[in-house]
Amino acid sequence: MLSFLSNTLKTFRHGIHPGDYKDLTRNLSIERLPFSEELTIPLSQHLGAPSKCIVKVGDEVKRGQIIAKPSGFVSIGQHAPMSGTVKSIEMRHHPNGKMVESVIIKKDLFSPQTFYNEHAMDWENLSADELISLIQHGGFVGLGGAAFPTHVKLKTPEGKNARFLIVNGVECEPYLTSDHRVMLEQSEDIFLGIRILLKILGAEKFYIGIENNKQDAIDFLGENIPEDMNGEVVALQTKYPQGAEKMLIEAVLKREVPSGKLPIDVEVVVQNSGTIAGIGMMFRFGQPLIERVVTITGPGIENPANLLVPIGTPLTDVLEHCGGLKENTRQVLFGGPMMGAPQSDLDVPILKGTSGILCLTDEEVTIKEEFPCIRCLRCVDACPVYLNPSRLGALAKTREYEGMLDFHIMDCVECGSCSYVCPSNIPLVQRFRVSKALLREQQAKQKKAG
Amino acid sequence: MKTAPKLLLTSSPFLKQQEDTPAVMRQVIYALIPALIAAIYFFGISALLVIVASVFGAVGTEWVFNISTKKKFNSLKDYTALLTGILLAMTLPPGIPLWMAFLGGVVAIALGKLIFGGTGSNIFNPALVGRAFLQSSFPVAITTWSPYADFNSFMMFRGNTFTIPFVKANTDAVTAATPLAQMKFDGKLTETQNLFFGSSAGSLGETTALLLLLGGVYLTVRNYINWRIPTGIFIAVFLFASGLQLIDAEKFASPMFHLFSGGLMLGAIFMATDPVSSPITHKGCWIFGLGIGFLVVLIRTFGGLPEGVMYAILLMNSVTPLLNSVTQPRIYGAAK
Repeated sequence: MLSFLSNTLKTFRHGIHPGDYKDLTRNLSIERLPFSEELTIPLSQHLGAPSKCIVKVGDEVKRGQIIAKPSGFVSIGQHAPMSGTVKSIEMRHHPNGKMVESVIIKKDLFSPQTFYNEHAMDWENLSADELISLIQHGGFVGLGGAAFPTHVKLKTPEGKNARFLIVNGVECEPYLTSDHRVMLEQSEDIFLGIRILLKILGAEKFYIGIENNKQDAIDFLGENIPEDMNGEVVALQTKYPQGAEKMLIEAVLKREVPSGKLPIDVEVVVQNSGTIAGIGMMFRFGQPLIERVVTITGPGIENPANLLVPIGTPLTDVLEHCGGLKENTRQVLFGGPMMGAPQSDLDVPILKGTSGILCLTDEEVTIKEEFPCIRCLRCVDACPVYLNPSRLGALAKTREYEGMLDFHIMDCVECGSCSYVCPSNIPLVQRFRVSKALLREQQAKQKKAG
Repeated sequence: MKTAPKLLLTSSPFLKQQEDTPAVMRQVIYALIPALIAAIYFFGISALLVIVASVFGAVGTEWVFNISTKKKFNSLKDYTALLTGILLAMTLPPGIPLWMAFLGGVVAIALGKLIFGGTGSNIFNPALVGRAFLQSSFPVAITTWSPYADFNSFMMFRGNTFTIPFVKANTDAVTAATPLAQMKFDGKLTETQNLFFGSSAGSLGETTALLLLLGGVYLTVRNYINWRIPTGIFIAVFLFASGLQLIDAEKFASPMFHLFSGGLMLGAIFMATDPVSSPITHKGCWIFGLGIGFLVVLIRTFGGLPEGVMYAILLMNSVTPLLNSVTQPRIYGAAK
């Protein structure tokens, strides 16, 4: 309760302090993973409509060549991450647990895998709309994990004004260090990306929000902001879930995004630092989003690493490159420990939104006994959107889903802070996810009926 | 890959704070230990036996309930019954017949907790339900106080420890009035210093404000109790008592006397803060604490009994559900 005395850095209210497990990889430079024999490119690895495939089986593709087009505004283009042949187009396992139509590319054994490219792009003479379209066709999604198409957030709606760009370098998920390494190793791309986004948005200032467990990145980027740019690095107190857009905006600008509204409603656009580096890179070399930095970490992997991985690389190849899983590994997650998704099948591909692979052993995976709720208030103090998880949990348990609406269940950001702090080990956020899904289904039905 | 491991599918988050509910309850018990030791020091073996009897009553009842309902979940594991037993004992006079202390423990768990559905579902503080039952059933025994003594008389029984159930209690025990009773009935005030260090007559947990405060500071720093509740109580007691003193300093006791006498410290730090029966919003906790403080002084000053902490807490417990529903905090992003 007295933490406000010792820490004067900016942050948002509430939230939690999970342990820091970033030492496993924070000092490991990004290393390129060799190309796999075969890549699996799901046509849907983003929120929104799946991309539309424009190649057929047997086609030869070059690294960086477009293989699928956006099928609407909330959709993106996709490219071949390596040169080879389209082996098949079929349903494959997706890390979200579903089967998704995917393009399978077999490696051209004799290709040097150099990038198929024309030139750097002359962004200064392009209009905002042209730049947005390039980013959409370049296949950019938020690389922080949610994989929301980047260009959609850049299109400012009529009557709204984007005054500030916030670069999300928070990386609040314990264990993950991919954004950290990108900020240290790709600052040139980041600053170019920021320039382009500022031009698109017509924004006046940018902020780079970084938690103080990455002091080297704070210092490095802070010292290297080009003189002609109006921006600053904001050091933030380390706290989860500060990487959530709304929490980050509150931490940096003390502005609150109204319930049900978007950051643009408070004149802000937030983009992940890795995404911005990718955009900078595209405009420097013409390379679309065909690879990304992934942190492979956790007690269950032999050699943790920060790897530059071609999109579509099978998880097994990535794990093998890192020395394989330890014998007592019990869970393999896509993403961090707070919001990541566990995998049952190690043949799934790395996606654009895959920020990390976390391997947990028997020791970390202990299923804890649930005790009754004693209303200790810890979840109330942890919830970053000020809900009452204790009350919501009780309603969810007795399946009073309608009543949960009165307690604003739909504002839950599913960050898991409540489950983390609950001393009674009640699976709060897990219940809320189910409740929200059921309520959405119900609402959809009612809409249909009425 | 050597061998594909057998992967477990659960839902995020995969990190969990280590401390569970039993650990929290244990910490509260640890915070009570200094005051418990002081009680035994001042009141000797009688105090120890009262604690044992009360704990037996409380834990035994929970145990019998677990066995008879064949529940999968063993509710003894969460330590709440043990804590209730200890807290009840601390509200009892050291000379109370042991069978009453035992019965109080039984009632505390059975009527204070189990009939509501067990831990987490009770509306009232179970220990205080047990104490209220004893107060209404055996008003004499529960207001027969023995004087404090030093450690030399440790083995001396205080009064009616071993009376047989429902037989008239012995009356030849040495008795003494508590500071609150002296104030109420004789208009005599005890030195704040004696209240603070524990050399006065009273219930087991009434005598040592200092040790209870230390426990409270520990629990607050470690975030086991909501500091708003005791703070609210102290503020309300202080302000109300000060106001009364301004009106008539002869007739009304000083705020310091109210703060350090009777069960106020024990109640404010260890009973009003019971998470289950206190509000779940910060604003609610403030109102809850202020309400208790106000009622304590009101009952002590104008009521028929010298002490009012128990009724003040129980009354505010009954307001908790209302406080919860009217003090829901504004959610993030909602209009201010």
